[in-house]
Amino acid sequence: MPGYRLTSLFAGALALAAAIAFAAPGRAQDRGGASDIAVADEGREIYEQICQSCHMADARGGGVPGAMFPALAGNPRLADHDYASIVVLKGRGGMPWFSGMLTRPQIAAVINYVRGHFNAYPDAVTEADLDRITTANPPVPDCNCGH
Amino acid sequence: MTEPVLPTTRRDLLSLIGKVGGGAALYQAMTVMGHAAESQFTGPPGLSGAKPGASVLVLGAGLAGMLAAYELTRAGYKVQILETQGRAGGRNMTLRGGDVVTELGSVQKVGFAKGNYINPGPWRIPHHHRTVLHYCKELGVELEPYIQNNTNAFVHRKAAFGGKPQRYRDVVTDWKGHVSELLGKALNAGALDQAVTKEDKAKLLEAMRSWGVLDKNMAYVKSEKLGEQRGWERAPGGGVNGAPIPNDPFSLSDTLDSKIWETLGFFAEYVMQPAMFQPKGGMDHIGKAFQARVGKLIRFGTRVTKIAQDERGVTASWTDAKTGAAGETRADWMVCTIPATVLGQIDIQVSEAKKAAIKALPYGNSVKIGLEMKRRFWETEDAIYGGSSFTDQAIGLVSYPGHGAFSDGPAVLLGAYPFGVGAYILAGMTPEKRIQAALEQGSVFHPKHYKSEFRSGVSLAWSRMPWILGCCATWTEESREAHYQDLVAMDGRIVLAGEHCSYYGCWQEGALLSSLDAITRLHQRASAA
Repeated sequence: MPGYRLTSLFAGALALAAAIAFAAPGRAQDRGGASDIAVADEGREIYEQICQSCHMADARGGGVPGAMFPALAGNPRLADHDYASIVVLKGRGGMPWFSGMLTRPQIAAVINYVRGHFNAYPDAVTEADLDRITTANPPVPDCNCGH
Repeated sequence: MTEPVLPTTRRDLLSLIGKVGGGAALYQAMTVMGHAAESQFTGPPGLSGAKPGASVLVLGAGLAGMLAAYELTRAGYKVQILETQGRAGGRNMTLRGGDVVTELGSVQKVGFAKGNYINPGPWRIPHHHRTVLHYCKELGVELEPYIQNNTNAFVHRKAAFGGKPQRYRDVVTDWKGHVSELLGKALNAGALDQAVTKEDKAKLLEAMRSWGVLDKNMAYVKSEKLGEQRGWERAPGGGVNGAPIPNDPFSLSDTLDSKIWETLGFFAEYVMQPAMFQPKGGMDHIGKAFQARVGKLIRFGTRVTKIAQDERGVTASWTDAKTGAAGETRADWMVCTIPATVLGQIDIQVSEAKKAAIKALPYGNSVKIGLEMKRRFWETEDAIYGGSSFTDQAIGLVSYPGHGAFSDGPAVLLGAYPFGVGAYILAGMTPEKRIQAALEQGSVFHPKHYKSEFRSGVSLAWSRMPWILGCCATWTEESREAHYQDLVAMDGRIVLAGEHCSYYGCWQEGALLSSLDAITRLHQRASAA
């Protein structure tokens, strides 16, 4: 029991530190409570918890040209093996980076869900891919957001 | 200044001084009359002497845009504002019964009773946000105290106290007590003899005993003295059973599980310190007050599609949201307050460095949920009047209205206000599911009444607002270093403004300060041209 408690506390502290690093966008910013939720591990659930807040439940995006969230469903840009990984790790335009909020396994899981379920790209993204991209640190590519 | 009119009221007098001497003179006069003595904010810019016929196009009728229009008009510029929405105010917004919230993917109609409201955007004004306070006073926006701190509200963490919420006061008192006891032990064991002098050690021991409410053995234990800070098992009364009974403090481990230092840290921030204020009846009274001054300059439902400039002026191309008709508006200069999330998707003729800055500015997300309850059970049952109960669930907090205390009838709680994961989770839900989740999670604080007294609710997810697609700009030290100056620099005839162009991100103060800085530089440039 003490061992378990210590481990879970430690894990909790790490997750919280990551959450705070992202969730507190600026020390002086107005904000409410510090919600501290464990994001799911499964791709579909991560999509529902995080991604669909902007890209919508059907992954078809939203808005009008000039003020839109790009569709992820049927998105030919995602055919590129690394594109989604770079965007999720580094952010792009109005989209924040999720390298602080999500773990490597979570990022891989949700990208594979989006590339597999809403598209049909069979090549899986692995944690090793994410490490490689982090090390190489490529520039964020232009997207096909319709502009 | 030639008419021999005698002012009959103070307002007439100020108006006369304004006409004769301009804004600076007016401000000076107001200060002398005890009106505007709030400084640090150095007063309105007092711009004057625009070149005859000089024009400015303002994009966006939020607070930054409307303030720019207000002050530039006073300086003599011909000003036009283009606004994509059918309303003014931007994120300065209040939802009342009958209002409609249109998000990407959903439409909600607010069902609140008459007089009830929720501020889904900004909701509180710190005492040192002098620019906002100044213009509230200047424009006649009535302010009332906003109750920020309430030690009788709850703190809740899923992993602390078996998930049972505790009063903020109890946990903070115990935190202070346990830390004092530990420091006392360290001092008495000589562990700090190298770090403090003998005299300071004695003072510290006395301080810990008094501040931590320790007993004569420097132990943090139940006592009547502690009851005076922590409250009572049985409160003091009259007569036979008048003697109070103190209650038991929580253990050090339990207190640590609560992570109460985070909440203490939150309240310690300068921007979270009282006194705080809110406009009486809703935050949108600020937007409405600006609109009363510059509303006739606004073209609503006008979605800008392209921004160009040359040596003679600026051109905004736009589409009319209702008719679909395309049009162009030209002017000599431009103040652009379009949020970076949207501006990054528009063809804008500025330097590559500014374009890169605009595209390097992601927006955080937040959600607010207003829950209208049939009665103020948090007051009658829990003696909570204003302030917030904090939780680490997705809702983040429940905040209680500080206005209207003791009144009968329905009242509106802020049922959720998270950033981070909680905000994404709630934003991704349908409006119905958000209300359900807010009721479920908020019940932790008020299990007996939260669901049964619920009357109606409304939510607003900022990522789903089609005109901003997010809540506020998220800067990091690195992005500030790389891009901030490029973002705010005047580029030819175009200058940007808004909270994203300030170091007061996500506050109205930032939007207004940014606007004043932008128009001051624009005026200098235009005067020199």
